[in-house]
Amino acid sequence: MALEDICGFQDTPLHRKCFPASHFEDTAISFDCYSAEFRGLKKSGRDSGIPLQFFLPSLPNSSPFNHRSTSHFSPSKHSVTVRRPFPLSHGTTTLGFIFQGGVIAAADTRASAGGLVACPAVHKITPIHSHLVVTSSGSGADCMLWERILAREIRLYQLRHRRCLSICGTAKLLSFMLHPFKGTDVCVALTLCGWDKEAGNTDSSFITDNSSSAGFSSQDVSAIAYPSSPNRGPKLIYVCSDGARLQGDVFSVGSGSPYAYGVLDGRLRWNLSKDEAVSLAREAVFRATHRDAYSGNNVDLFHVTAQGWSRRKREELKEEYYRDMERRTKTVGERKRETALDALG
Amino acid sequence: MEYLVGIQGPDFVLVAADNVAASSIIQMKHDQDKMFKLSEKILLLCVGEAGDTAQFAEYIQKNLQLYKMRNGYELSPSAAANFTRKNLADYLRSRTPYHVNLLLAGYDETDGPGLYYMDYLSSLSKAPFAAHGYGAYLTLSILDQHYKPDLTREEAVDLLKKCIEELRKRFIMNLPSFTVRLIDKEGIHDLEKLSSGAK
Repeated sequence: MALEDICGFQDTPLHRKCFPASHFEDTAISFDCYSAEFRGLKKSGRDSGIPLQFFLPSLPNSSPFNHRSTSHFSPSKHSVTVRRPFPLSHGTTTLGFIFQGGVIAAADTRASAGGLVACPAVHKITPIHSHLVVTSSGSGADCMLWERILAREIRLYQLRHRRCLSICGTAKLLSFMLHPFKGTDVCVALTLCGWDKEAGNTDSSFITDNSSSAGFSSQDVSAIAYPSSPNRGPKLIYVCSDGARLQGDVFSVGSGSPYAYGVLDGRLRWNLSKDEAVSLAREAVFRATHRDAYSGNNVDLFHVTAQGWSRRKREELKEEYYRDMERRTKTVGERKRETALDALG
Repeated sequence: MEYLVGIQGPDFVLVAADNVAASSIIQMKHDQDKMFKLSEKILLLCVGEAGDTAQFAEYIQKNLQLYKMRNGYELSPSAAANFTRKNLADYLRSRTPYHVNLLLAGYDETDGPGLYYMDYLSSLSKAPFAAHGYGAYLTLSILDQHYKPDLTREEAVDLLKKCIEELRKRFIMNLPSFTVRLIDKEGIHDLEKLSSGAK
């Protein structure tokens, strides 16, 4: 995808006929070659790097209308929603948090469709580049697509500008790409967990951008002490398809997120060791999968540091459940023995 | 669930906004800044639907920046408020209206301080004090009762504290802290964050 763009490869109808599968996203455009404005937009899409071809479903009957024409990147056609064949439930537990040793991202691996476990071994955490992973929740298909789009855009930026886009910039780009789909059935809630390798691009002195805040240092006093350069170091940003973009220290997303917050809020501190942080994340996902019917099976764990991301072996939570049961019966047994001894002594 | 309040004095405007960013029943962030700096002496406070707030506010913010770059001077608060209202009104009858409630507070060299109330139907009104959100129902009567056109900065902060105390007591949502800022002829000043006591 990215290579095609950077080479300026023109997708011709002949090519499309010979290789129909290779450009699935471009087939939509073949139906509507009449509007010059659209073609202009397609070209501008290639120049600016925004994948406009994804915005245009093949609907010959839909009439184009003025869809936020002020925005340079807006689609020229309203994307009509397709009715779902069965109810999709957004069952997931994903979480991410920042601590002294970097960023931890953890998620379960169950994909549910209504009451059915569609797949017990899905990857909900995807690396985008060496220092950024993204956890996904919401509709599986949408997440997969948007992760791929994001990876492509980040790679294109890197090739064009010879530096990595900052995590904040990545989140903003994703948020603006998702904005035209607000109000449709696109359901994507991603948490970008990454490490900014270099000092980010500073805006003009007029407004300092800090994920759309007024730019004053209004961080909570009890918040974590960040490294001296505010644009370097670990970052955690939540981006949602209804437009929310939040930077923070801990986020949990999905149907199991309240349960995960319950575990995280009690034990999360800045100066956890790496092992403690990993075990906290595992525990949070485990407790959430226990209570939430739509989360379960395994837990995936990624750790992002200045050196990049590293992945922990996928762990089955069934074993963890039995270990937990054993631990409980053991402590109950010990307490019984102690009280028996006290009663005797 | 979100709360904005503004109080205009003879030579200043005091504004406050809560710090909670929520998603259904979960508080995702406790230190969200809902104020957007439009220029050296203009603040836009923006609440409403999740993505619309940041999107619309940043759009207005960048357009005002562009105006300054093109013309060499900044828009006055009154002009900025009317520009914002026009944009909101234009989008209102499109397929994609912005559902945002705004307070615009600014200080003008010639006109003095100004507080503008704007709601999602793009109605605009210059007011001595104003509030947005469910909390407004609880606090407007307090503002009505104690407001004087010539109140001092300390009195304004006291009035604000009274409002927040009422919210702590009677509002069903827990809003633990509020960002407070003051605009006067010197510019925008950060005041101490007000906490409602309940953590």
